Amino acid sequence: MRLLNLVPKRPAAILLAAVPFGLVLLAYTVGSELRLAANPSDRLLPALSTIGNTAVDLFTQPDRRSGDILLWQDTLVSLQRLFLGVGLASVVALGLGIAIGMLPYARATLSSFVAVVSMVPPLALLPILFIVFGLGEVSKVALITIGITPFMIRDLSQRVQDIPHEEIIKAQTLGGSTNVIASRVVLPQILPRLISSIRLSLGSAWLFLIAAEAVASDVGLGYRIFLVRRYLAMDVILTYVIWITLLAFLIDLALKAFSRRAFPWMGASL
Amino acid sequence: MSFVSVRNVWQSYDQRPILERVNIDIDEGDFISIVGASGCGKSTFLRLLLAEEVPSRGEIRIDDGPIAREPGRERGVVFQRYSVFPHMTVRQNIVAGEAFGTRWGWLGGKARRAAEARADAMLDRIGLSHVADNYPATLSGGMQQRLAIGQALTAKPRILMLDEPFGALDPGTRLSMHDFLMELRRETGMTVFMVTHDLAEGFKLGDRVLVFDKPRWDPQDPAAFGATITYDFDARNGGIPFQTIEETRYDPALA
Repeated sequence: MRLLNLVPKRPAAILLAAVPFGLVLLAYTVGSELRLAANPSDRLLPALSTIGNTAVDLFTQPDRRSGDILLWQDTLVSLQRLFLGVGLASVVALGLGIAIGMLPYARATLSSFVAVVSMVPPLALLPILFIVFGLGEVSKVALITIGITPFMIRDLSQRVQDIPHEEIIKAQTLGGSTNVIASRVVLPQILPRLISSIRLSLGSAWLFLIAAEAVASDVGLGYRIFLVRRYLAMDVILTYVIWITLLAFLIDLALKAFSRRAFPWMGASL
Repeated sequence: MSFVSVRNVWQSYDQRPILERVNIDIDEGDFISIVGASGCGKSTFLRLLLAEEVPSRGEIRIDDGPIAREPGRERGVVFQRYSVFPHMTVRQNIVAGEAFGTRWGWLGGKARRAAEARADAMLDRIGLSHVADNYPATLSGGMQQRLAIGQALTAKPRILMLDEPFGALDPGTRLSMHDFLMELRRETGMTVFMVTHDLAEGFKLGDRVLVFDKPRWDPQDPAAFGATITYDFDARNGGIPFQTIEETRYDPALA
C-alpha cells in the first residue's frame, strides 16, 4: 500500500503525537544528566526536578520586596498589552479590510499603500515608537498593533473579495444599500475569518510583545526572561518559556472553540 | 407599450463586442427562456437586464422607467449557486428579502414579527417550513434553489431573472423544480427571464424562447463580432416559430 494511503488509528495517532514531545524531553533529560554528572553546580541545563521546584516557587511565592507574585503580575501585564494590541489591530483591520474588499475606491486608494506598509519590518520601527510614545505601555501596544495590522488588513480584504459576487448582487436586488450589505452580508461572514486571522497573527503578536518588553520595560513576561538571563537562571527562563507557550496554546484553543460556537453556519469549514 | 424594452443594445469588453444590436420587447407576465451556446452572450444579456452592467450602447427600460445603473429591488435574481446567505437561517434569508430595503437592514419589533409571519407563510408555500431554523449549508441543492426563489419573490421584484437556476441539480429534482416554478408563476404572474443550457427545459417552461448566436462570423477572427437574438420562438401551443432566421454569413470579400 502507498504511504500516503496509510492512516493511523485513534490510539496510534495519539501515541504518535506524543512521540516528538517525548523525544525532546528525553534529549533534555539526558543532556542535563550528563552535564550535572560532570559539574553538579551546572546552570545551563538544570534538572527537570529543579525546573519543577522553581516553577512551583514562581507561581506561589510572593516577591520579598513588593509582596506580589511576580509571575502572575508579569502574566497579567503582558496579556493586557497583548489583548490591547491585538484588539486594536482587529478593529482597524476589520474596518479597512471590509472597505478595501468592498469598495473599488477604497481599494484603489489603499491597497498598494497597505502592501508597501506591510513590508516595513515592525521591529525597525521600535526605536521610533519609543521616541514618539515614550517607554510606557503605549509604545508596546503600538508595536503589536503596527506589527500585525497590515497582514490582517490584507488577509481580511482578500476574504471579503472571496465572498461570491452572486451574494453581493443578490443583496442589491433585495434593496440593500452599501451600509446594509456591509453590516448584514459582509461583516457576519468575515467575523469567523477575523478569528482565524487573529489566530494566525498571535505568533507575531507574542514576538513583538516580548521584543518590546525585552528592550524597555519594568514588568512583563519578556522583561523577566531577559532580566534573569543576566544570572543565567535557566530554570526561571524555561519555566517562563513553557508558560508563555501554554498561554499561547490556550488562547488559540479558546479562539477556535469560540469560533465553532459563535458561527454554527460555518459547519465543518473552520 | 411593452413592459420590458431592449433598444439597440451593444456590449463590448476591451473593444471586443459580445452583444450587438439586441432589440426585443417583452410583455408583462411572459416567461422568457434564453438559450444559446457557451460564450454566446446570454449571461451577459442577463447581467444587462439585471443592471449589474451598463450596456456600451443602447438602453433597457422596465415599464418606461429610468435606465437602471445598478441592481435594485425591481429586479430579482436567482443564480446557479450562492444565491442565499450562508450565515442566515432559512427564515432569516426570507426575512432579509424585506429587511434589506430598510435604512439599516434590520426590522424591529412589530415589523419584524409581521415579516417573520409572512416568511413562514412563504416557507410553507415553498415547502421549507420544516427547515426554517436550519442554515442553508444543511439543505439539498433543490431546497437551496427553492429558498433562493422564495427570497427573491419576497422583495416583490417586477422582473425575475434566473441564471441557469437548475443547472447544478439532478434530473429528478430538476423536474420537481419545474413544477414548483410553474405553480409559482401561475400564482404571481411574474415576468421571468431564464437562462438555460437545456433546450427542452427552455421550451417546456418558456412562453418565448430567445436564441443567442453570432449572425456574422469571421473565420479569421472569431471574436470580431458579437452575438444577438437570432431566433425568437413562440413556445406556447407546442412552440410554433413566428420569426424568421436572421442569419447572414459574413464574407470578408464583400466587407
